[in-house]
Amino acid sequence: MAVSAEAAAPEAGTGVRAPRSRRSGRRRTTIAFWYFVGPFLVGMTVFTFIPVLWSAYLSFFDARNTVTPASEDFVGLDNYVRMLQDDAFRDSLITFTVFAAFVVPLTFAASLGLALMLNRVRLARAFFRSVFFLPFACSYVVASLVWKMSIFNGVRYGMANSILDIFGIEDVPWLFDPSPPWYWLVIVTLRLWIQCGFYMILFIAALQQIPEQLYEAAYVDGAKPGRQTFWHITLPQLRASSVAVLMLILIAAYQAFDEFVNLIGNQAYARPPLVYLYYSALGTQQDLGRGSAGALILALVIAIVTLLQGKFLGFGKTEGR
Amino acid sequence: MVTTRERRGPVGYRPGAASKGARAATFIALCVLAAIFLVPFYLIVRNALATDAEITAPEWMWFSSSPRWENLTDLFNDPMVPMARSLLNSGVVAVVTTVGTLFLCTTAGYGLARIPYRHANKVFYLVLATLMIPSAITFLPSFVMVSSLGWISDYRGLIIPTLFNGFVTFLCRQFFLGFPKELEEAARVDGLGYWGSFWRVVVPNSGNFLAAIAVITFVGSWNAFLWPLVIARSPDSWTVQVALSTFLTAQTINLSQLFMAAAVAILPLIFVFLFLQRFLVQGVAQTGLKG
Repeated sequence: MAVSAEAAAPEAGTGVRAPRSRRSGRRRTTIAFWYFVGPFLVGMTVFTFIPVLWSAYLSFFDARNTVTPASEDFVGLDNYVRMLQDDAFRDSLITFTVFAAFVVPLTFAASLGLALMLNRVRLARAFFRSVFFLPFACSYVVASLVWKMSIFNGVRYGMANSILDIFGIEDVPWLFDPSPPWYWLVIVTLRLWIQCGFYMILFIAALQQIPEQLYEAAYVDGAKPGRQTFWHITLPQLRASSVAVLMLILIAAYQAFDEFVNLIGNQAYARPPLVYLYYSALGTQQDLGRGSAGALILALVIAIVTLLQGKFLGFGKTEGR
Repeated sequence: MVTTRERRGPVGYRPGAASKGARAATFIALCVLAAIFLVPFYLIVRNALATDAEITAPEWMWFSSSPRWENLTDLFNDPMVPMARSLLNSGVVAVVTTVGTLFLCTTAGYGLARIPYRHANKVFYLVLATLMIPSAITFLPSFVMVSSLGWISDYRGLIIPTLFNGFVTFLCRQFFLGFPKELEEAARVDGLGYWGSFWRVVVPNSGNFLAAIAVITFVGSWNAFLWPLVIARSPDSWTVQVALSTFLTAQTINLSQLFMAAAVAILPLIFVFLFLQRFLVQGVAQTGLKG
């Protein structure tokens, strides 16, 4: 997560202690600590750490319809090999890559653009902010429903085709055409609509942190307000937030599942990894061993890409703030 | 951190103080964009109050001349879609999840931020490590866990595994690190222990922050799809998102009823947004971006 670098060093607070003997005081703080943190940590162990380890264990077994495979079902790295040789799985990774290549820059640019525009107007600013943020209340399921059944339904009465009609353009089948580019337009606009407002708010908060004096000084130095101040002041000042927003968008993109399932379903032409894993591990086959191997491969890919992006964007360098 | 609140000074240097014409153009552009952003909501309302024949008519209809409110009663009377039940399920899940998450994550966050324990660092790194694992990757192993506990199609399966949210705990810890120490010290002098001062001093003085966390958790839980889809196998246990998705992918679809269902599903959140937006905005802005 974007924030972790600076936060990674917890301050051992110098709490006020009762003036008793040192040892019993320390024991009491230890007990108090586990009062507070214990229940959470137990839950996290049971529902995150153990499942992840268990799944790593399952990935070495032929575990169909079972979570406790017998020892003779041990298959070594077979699941991994089969997963990596599986065209459908590799296609899903490509689908994800294409999706991210559209969604990450577009969401970033759109949310920053909205924030800058809002920063410019005085009138009805709160109203605009609410309107752009409102789609965040919509679930992906509801948005998919509107996109699939009303805007891009591919028939005459659909909204997009009605608009094209005005310009005398033929109806487009949108989602129902298994070759790109149309279904990408549907999927990407949906996510843009839901997410823009969220990141816009992050950018608005960041824009308000930029010290006014910088613009004053630039003005005095003869910089033109607008393009020049944007490239030389606003953007550099937004660096930390921009890196964080890019990471958040990318991480959210990895989790893409809801809209793909509801818009397209289990179709090979646009099936991101999670959808594939969902159907192969929890569908009719219930092949939990292969599914676990796929999840771990995906986790590895995510870790590598995140690290690369971090390195590329210079995440982790401390800036003078 | 520098926060400048002085908004006076020579006019012209500020990005916000572009020329009048530029500002007017921006305003008009924003109006157009706002209209576009509202289109999907308009479509939900239009279709929810129309007949199927009106929706599928080749001529574009802006609004049904006679709004069909019967769609609402039809929806709740339809035996094929357990709408009332799924709304109830979503409500229970979202409320319990919010309360539980708030309790577990604020106490854990406070403990990590404020109680000097030798291994607090190590515990904190464990929590951080879970942030690196995208939650979507853990759905399979978690499903395995939940099914072996026998919690499939059960409130326990829908709620309990989602309560231990590393990200919320992380946010809480960051917040409590910045909480004024003097207040707690005063409580300590008055003889309160950690537990007492947390509940009597820290919590009552963190209202806005807690409200922000609560609203974000509620919205996330109400809109969650993957986890309920995995866990809620029987129609009795469907949340509203699962019910809608099933409805959407069904073979025969009653369009107006489908959109009425969508309208009903987003209504609670529209209320949350209208009345608690201040907390939401503040919460989102706090989503760790201030480092």
